[in-house]
Amino acid sequence: MIAELGHFALVLALACSAIGTVLPLWGAVREDRALMATARPAALAQFVLLALAFAALTAVYVQSDFSVLNVYENSHTDQPLIYRFSGVWGNHEGSILLWVLILALFGACVALFGRHMPEALRAATIAVQSSIAFAFLLFIALTSNPFLRVFPAPAEGRSLNPILQDPGLAIHPPLLYLGYVGYSIVFSFAAGALILGRIDAAWARVVRPWNLIAWTTLTAGIAMGSYWAYYELGWGGFWFWDPVENASLMPWLTGTALLHSAIVMERREALKVWTILLAVLTFSLSLLGTFLVRSGVLTSVHAFASDPARGVFILLILCLFIGGAFALFAWRGPALAGGALFSPVSREGSLVLNNLFLSAACVAVLTGTLYPLALEAVTGDKISVGPPFFNATFLPLCAPLVLAMPFGQQLAWKRGDLLPVAQRLFVAILVGAGMFVAVLAITRTSEAVAAFGLGVGMFVTVGALDDLRVRASRGAAGTWMRRFVGLPKSVHATAIAHAGVGLMTIGIAATAFHEEKIATMAPGDKAIIGGYELVFEGLRKQPGPNFASTVGRFVVSKDGVALAVLEPGKRTYVGRTMQTSETGRLTRGLGQIYLAIGDAHGASVDVRAYWKPWVLLIWLGPLAMTIAGLISLMDRRLRVAAPSRRKLPAMPEAAE
Amino acid sequence: MMRRQARFLAAAMMIAVLSGPAFGLSPAERLPNPAQEQRAREIGAELRCLVCQNQSIDDSDAELAKDLRRLVRERISAGDSDRQVKDFLVARYGEFVLLRPVFSMKNLLLWTLPFLALIAGIFGVRRLFGRQVAAPVAQAALSAEEQAELDRIVAAQDSITKNS
Repeated sequence: MIAELGHFALVLALACSAIGTVLPLWGAVREDRALMATARPAALAQFVLLALAFAALTAVYVQSDFSVLNVYENSHTDQPLIYRFSGVWGNHEGSILLWVLILALFGACVALFGRHMPEALRAATIAVQSSIAFAFLLFIALTSNPFLRVFPAPAEGRSLNPILQDPGLAIHPPLLYLGYVGYSIVFSFAAGALILGRIDAAWARVVRPWNLIAWTTLTAGIAMGSYWAYYELGWGGFWFWDPVENASLMPWLTGTALLHSAIVMERREALKVWTILLAVLTFSLSLLGTFLVRSGVLTSVHAFASDPARGVFILLILCLFIGGAFALFAWRGPALAGGALFSPVSREGSLVLNNLFLSAACVAVLTGTLYPLALEAVTGDKISVGPPFFNATFLPLCAPLVLAMPFGQQLAWKRGDLLPVAQRLFVAILVGAGMFVAVLAITRTSEAVAAFGLGVGMFVTVGALDDLRVRASRGAAGTWMRRFVGLPKSVHATAIAHAGVGLMTIGIAATAFHEEKIATMAPGDKAIIGGYELVFEGLRKQPGPNFASTVGRFVVSKDGVALAVLEPGKRTYVGRTMQTSETGRLTRGLGQIYLAIGDAHGASVDVRAYWKPWVLLIWLGPLAMTIAGLISLMDRRLRVAAPSRRKLPAMPEAAE
Repeated sequence: MMRRQARFLAAAMMIAVLSGPAFGLSPAERLPNPAQEQRAREIGAELRCLVCQNQSIDDSDAELAKDLRRLVRERISAGDSDRQVKDFLVARYGEFVLLRPVFSMKNLLLWTLPFLALIAGIFGVRRLFGRQVAAPVAQAALSAEEQAELDRIVAAQDSITKNS
C-alpha cells in the first residue's frame, strides 16, 4: 500500500513537472502574469510529491518490506536502523530518486525565496528546472522504478553492500548530491536568462547565493568522501583519480571558476558570456558524471552496450540539455559583449587568470576520464589512465594558480600594481621561501617537489590570512579589532577559503614524508614508526550486529609512555561474502598513526602501519573552505531574499 | 560476482570507491634487498591490476595483482631495469597494464589537450583585453522600476564593499 502511494506520488510529480515546464515558460515569453504565477505552485507541488515518494520508499525500507524488489535487493532485517535509512539511497533507483528530490528542492526554494527577483526570470528558471525534473522522472518511471513489487515476497533481503554500511556514507551522498544537483538551479538561471535575453550584473547577484550553496555542499561532500576512502579502504590514500571521483571534481573545478567569474560580472558587468558558459558547463559536467556513473560505461564500453536502456536514456537527457543550452547560448551569446574596462594586472585580471587555470585543470581531468572510453570506442585499444597521468598534468596546471592566489586577493580593482602587493606579502613570501629552503636542506634536495608544495602551501596560508591584517590595520591605531570585525563577511570568507587551499596544499605535499611499515607481527612483537612504538598484543574475534570481525590489539607508546590502544579489524558480513577493513587511527597533532591488518597466520597477522604527519590538513583545508562558504552565505548583501526585506543602510566603510 | 556487484553499487553512489578495502602487498612478498623493494614499489604503483577498477597492483588483493607483484620482483631480482620490467609486462598484458599511458601518436591528444586548452585560453584572454574598447551592445531595456531597483542595489553595494 505504502509502495503504491509512493509510486502514485512519483507519477503525479511527473505530471506536475510537465505543467511546471510548459505554463511558466509560456508565461515568461508572453509576459503573461497569470501563466507565470503557475511556476510557484508547480514547483512546490513537485517537491511535496517527491518528498512523499521518498518518504514512502524510506518507510518500506524501515519496515523491511521485502515484497518491494528494491528493498529485497538492498536491505536486511539484521541491518542497524541507520543503514536501513541510508539503504534508501545506497542503490541505483533510490539514489536517482534522491537526485530528483534535491532537484525539486532547489526549484521549490526558488519559488519560496526568490520573491525579489524579476518575475519572468523566476518563472523561466522554474520552467527549466521542471524540465530537468521531467526528464529524470521519466527516466525513473520507465527504467528505474524503485517501487516495483516482487511476488512471492522473499522472507529475507540481500542486505546493503557492506562497504556502504558506514556512518560516513549515510551522510556523504546526500551532501554530495546537494552540491552536484545544486548546480542545476544555476544552470536553470542561466538558461532562463538566455531565453529571456536579459543578462546583467543583477543576474550575477541573484545567482550568487545559489552558486555558493552548491559550491559549499559540493566541497564538503567531496572532502567527506575523500576522508571516508582514507579510513575505510585500508591503505591510507585520500584521492585515487577514479572516474567516479573525477565526476565530482570536474563540476567543482568549473563551479569554483564560476564563483570567481561571477564576482567580475557582478562588479563590472564584464565576462558575461564566460560566466553564463560556466554556469551551463558546470551542470553539464554534473550530468556527464551522472551518465558515467549510472550507465555502467566506466566498467567497460561493453558493459554499457550489453544493458543500454538506462545509459542511452541518460545520454539522451545529457545531449538534450547540453545541446539545448548551447543552442540558446549561440543564439543570445553574441549580444552579450560589453562591460567595464580593466587592466590585466587587477583584481579582475587575477580572477580571469583563476578561470584560465581552473578550466585547463578541468580539461586535464575530463580528458583523462573520457579518453580511454573514446579510444576504446573508436579503435578498440584499451589503455589505462591512472594517478601518474593526473599528477603529471593536473598538478602543474594547479601550481601557478595556487601560487598566484595571495596576489590576486590583494590586487586593486580595475588597475592594480604588483610591486606594492608583493611588499605587503613580504611576511608570507618569507615564510614560504623559508619553508622551501629548509625542507630542501633537510632532505638534501631529494624531495624538491614536496619542498615546493610545502613552501607554496605556507605562502598561500599566511598570505591569505595576512590580507585580513593588512585591511584591518589601515587607519587609526587602536581601532584594529573593530575594523577587523567590521570587514565585509565576503572578505573574511575569501581569506579563510584561500587559507584552506593553502592548508590542503601543505597536507598533500606532506604525504611525501609519510612513513610506512609492512610486517608480519606475532603477539609481543614491536615495531617503531614515526618515533612511536607499536606493540601487538594479539587477535580476538568480535561479533557485530550483522557481521563477524577479527580485531587486532596494538598498544601505541612514545618514550615508554602508553598513549592509546588501537584496534584495527576485518569484518565479514552476514549475507554477503565480502570483507571490509576497519582501520585503527590515533591522531597526534595534525598527524595520524594509521593501522590496518591483513591475513592472519595463526596468532600472527600481516600489518600495515603508517605515520602520516600533517595528514589532517588535507581535510581541514576543505573544511575551512566549507566554513568560508557558509560565512559568505551569511553576508547580508548576498542573502537570498535580503534586498527586498529592507533598505540597506549606508554602512560605515570598513577600511580604505 | 559479489565484488563486481559491490563495485557497481559503490560506483553508482558517486563515491570514491575502487573495489573495496584491500590490504595489497603483504609482508612475505617483499624482496630482501630494500633498494630493489623500493624500485618494485615504485613500478607497482604505475601498474594496473587488470581485473580491478582503477587500482594499482600494490593496492589490490586480487590474485592477479599478487601474480604481477611477484613477476615484477622476479624481473628486478633477475637484474632488469625499470624500463625492461615494464616492457616485459606490456608485452604480456598489453598497454592496458600501464597506469601512465605512453606518449605515442595514439595518445597524443590525451597528453597535449590540457596544455592546448591552456594555450587556447591564453589567446582568448588576450583577445578579451584587446577587445575591451569595443562598445557594449544594447540588450532588452530595463523598465523604469527595474532601473531604479538596480541603481539602489549598485549604490548600496558600492557603499558596503568598497573595501573588498
